[in-house]
Amino acid sequence: MMWTAIQTTSTWVLLFCASVILTPPARAATQPEELNQGRRLYESQCGSCHGPRGNGGKGANLAQPRLRRATDNQTLSTIIRRGIPGTEMPGSPLTSGQVSSIAAYVRTLGRVPPEAVVGDRASGEALYTRLDCGRCHTLRGRGGALGPSLDDIGARRSAAHLRQALLDPEAAIPTGFLQLRVVTNEGRVLTGVRVNEDTFSLQFRDLSGQFHSFWKDELDSVDKLWGRSPMPSYASRVTDTQTDDLVTYLVAVGDAP
Amino acid sequence: MKTLVLLFIAATPVFGQVPYERIRDAATEPESWLTYSGTYGAQRYSTLDQIDRNNVALLQPAWIYQTRSFQKFEVSPLVADGIMYISEPPSNATALDLRTGRPIWRYRRSLPQGIVTCCGQVNRGVALLDDQVFLGTVDAHLVALDAETGQVRWETEVADYSMGYSITVAPLALKDKIIVGIAGGEYGIRGFLDAYDPTTGERLWRFWTVPGPGEPGHETWSGDSWMRGGAPTWVTGAYDPELDLLYWGTGNPGPDFIGEVRLGDNLFSESLIALDPDTGELQWYFQFLPHDIHDYDSTQVPMLVDTVFQGEAQKLLVFPNRNGFYYVLDRVTGEFLLGTPFARQTWALGLDDDGRPIEDPETIPSAEGALVYPDDDGAANWYSPTYSPQTGLVYQNVREKGGIYYLADATYEPGQIYMGASRRVVPGEDPKGFLRALDAVTGDRVWELELQSPPWAGLMSTAGGLVFSGTMEGDFFAADAQTGAVLWRFQTGGPVYANPITYLSEGRQFVAITAGNALVTFVLPDDPQ
Repeated sequence: MMWTAIQTTSTWVLLFCASVILTPPARAATQPEELNQGRRLYESQCGSCHGPRGNGGKGANLAQPRLRRATDNQTLSTIIRRGIPGTEMPGSPLTSGQVSSIAAYVRTLGRVPPEAVVGDRASGEALYTRLDCGRCHTLRGRGGALGPSLDDIGARRSAAHLRQALLDPEAAIPTGFLQLRVVTNEGRVLTGVRVNEDTFSLQFRDLSGQFHSFWKDELDSVDKLWGRSPMPSYASRVTDTQTDDLVTYLVAVGDAP
Repeated sequence: MKTLVLLFIAATPVFGQVPYERIRDAATEPESWLTYSGTYGAQRYSTLDQIDRNNVALLQPAWIYQTRSFQKFEVSPLVADGIMYISEPPSNATALDLRTGRPIWRYRRSLPQGIVTCCGQVNRGVALLDDQVFLGTVDAHLVALDAETGQVRWETEVADYSMGYSITVAPLALKDKIIVGIAGGEYGIRGFLDAYDPTTGERLWRFWTVPGPGEPGHETWSGDSWMRGGAPTWVTGAYDPELDLLYWGTGNPGPDFIGEVRLGDNLFSESLIALDPDTGELQWYFQFLPHDIHDYDSTQVPMLVDTVFQGEAQKLLVFPNRNGFYYVLDRVTGEFLLGTPFARQTWALGLDDDGRPIEDPETIPSAEGALVYPDDDGAANWYSPTYSPQTGLVYQNVREKGGIYYLADATYEPGQIYMGASRRVVPGEDPKGFLRALDAVTGDRVWELELQSPPWAGLMSTAGGLVFSGTMEGDFFAADAQTGAVLWRFQTGGPVYANPITYLSEGRQFVAITAGNALVTFVLPDDPQ
């Protein structure tokens, strides 16, 4: 029960973390003893912030194939050893063997098994344009900001997850994309996606993509629609084949550097 | 004419002439900020009232000092005689000209490799005594600097950093001693509180917060667990000159989350200890949380409050604890007088008549994961509360956030993490923060202000009827101490991990806070009309 809940959390955390590909291991296989040592060290030293299975907590989510700050093996080891200045990630006085065992283990946390995609990429691309996905999503810098960027999405997300996101978007709401319903003191009702919020102010984009900024004392009410997505389900709007095509396109653009 | 005289005085600082008597009487000198919490009573309350409820809306930035470190900037500055003395992370110190914010001297410490700190290489401030500035360092040294030049007079090793010891606390100068605590409760250290000779750096006494063989309390640790029992002392305490008692909070026992390897009450972890400052001898203690397995360090700032409690004038010590309970103790005897929750907490079903918690076993970290409120960042933490004698209210920034704790291995190795569980966030939770005002005598909530997220900012109250606070989103603000209404706010651009202070410069009241990498000072306009 608990594990299901965690998986759900990690899913929406995973969906939109950015960005750099973790270099594949230099060796073909890491020794099981090394992974065991890495796991033990990880659980005692890293898990309290990064979560027992790397799903994140106070620390970053590591259960993803791309780690934003760890661009390669050496960077990952350096981060483990020295920490990240300016963050709560501390350094650890570990031997190089211990560091590399943790790094090897961390990489296993983000291993997404390859999945076969059977659609047609060109048809998927055409469909992406026809469905106007770019109204809310960006690809290579073009598109709207209401929804998350799809750059690298194929490398960050499994094809199964992309399929689910198309057919049942509210099954996994990405972190940082909270839908709001706001009523101003003048009685104006706005619905949008939160950009930023602090104790005294709120910024959001409405569903047309327009940016709004309010002091909270200018607002009569703010409803936070947890679990809701402005993205419609495409289950009744595309065929199974079209879904395959779209997923194939997204996986392909995600793989391209 | 008055302005000219003040200008002349302010422009001619007398470096570092801060004898003990000045600190003891700091309440009569509100133009300065001579010790970590403002006074030995640690209320972080100022009698300055130039900035008040009616004019605070006009408050504006005066100058900003930027640190070049990217660690959290947690300093609570000191102010004396036209100079502001700050520490900067990781273990540096700087003297600033109070008029302009420009540096007068800098001490920059070269640190060795291999320093471990659980939560950042930070520092919360320096101590002043006579003509010296005292700085604790993350490599567990105490350094004495010439207050006029920043040159090192002496430095002494407090503990071995390679064993997981570090110093992040602001030392406390009193009489002819520098009191300094230690951090490292996540690394299997054995905690203590030390006193040093300000002239020579010689250690005068050490109180082990984990008693050794033959010492009272040793029997509360099974086997040899006392050797790595934790109980660090990483937040500055308080002092009552009349009773001549030094008060200090102690942190978690180690390993943080595994109780089986350290059966017993684990004295003097999670306690308030009262020591004779001349000898370091224990006069009394109150253990908030025997045998803690939630990492709820009782390392908050104890506030000394004299007021009528249950019909009698009493010398109280009030303590909003990280564990979510507000405690009132008799600070003469240590007697438990009151304990009541001020935040969401699920670890205890309640307190018994002696203040001992009745714990909920469902919240003990387990292989399956156990949900508990608050998480180990606590309902409160190191950041300061404040007490206003004007309102009779205690103000506390409150964190309401849960955690799910999974047991993990904890094998002791010197200088290595020794905790024994990992934490998961609560799925779907939107953690909250609050600034809460509590009746100091009853602990009852009088008002609260909801904050966007759980805060790490300390508080200060003033005779201007104000409470100053900050947020993780970079707001620094002033609230009406009576009602909680926000009367002024300023977006600093960085999270506030620090305590505010106030002082006079050239006769005008300033308020200072660090936020992000900046130390920002605020003042009313020259001519508010």
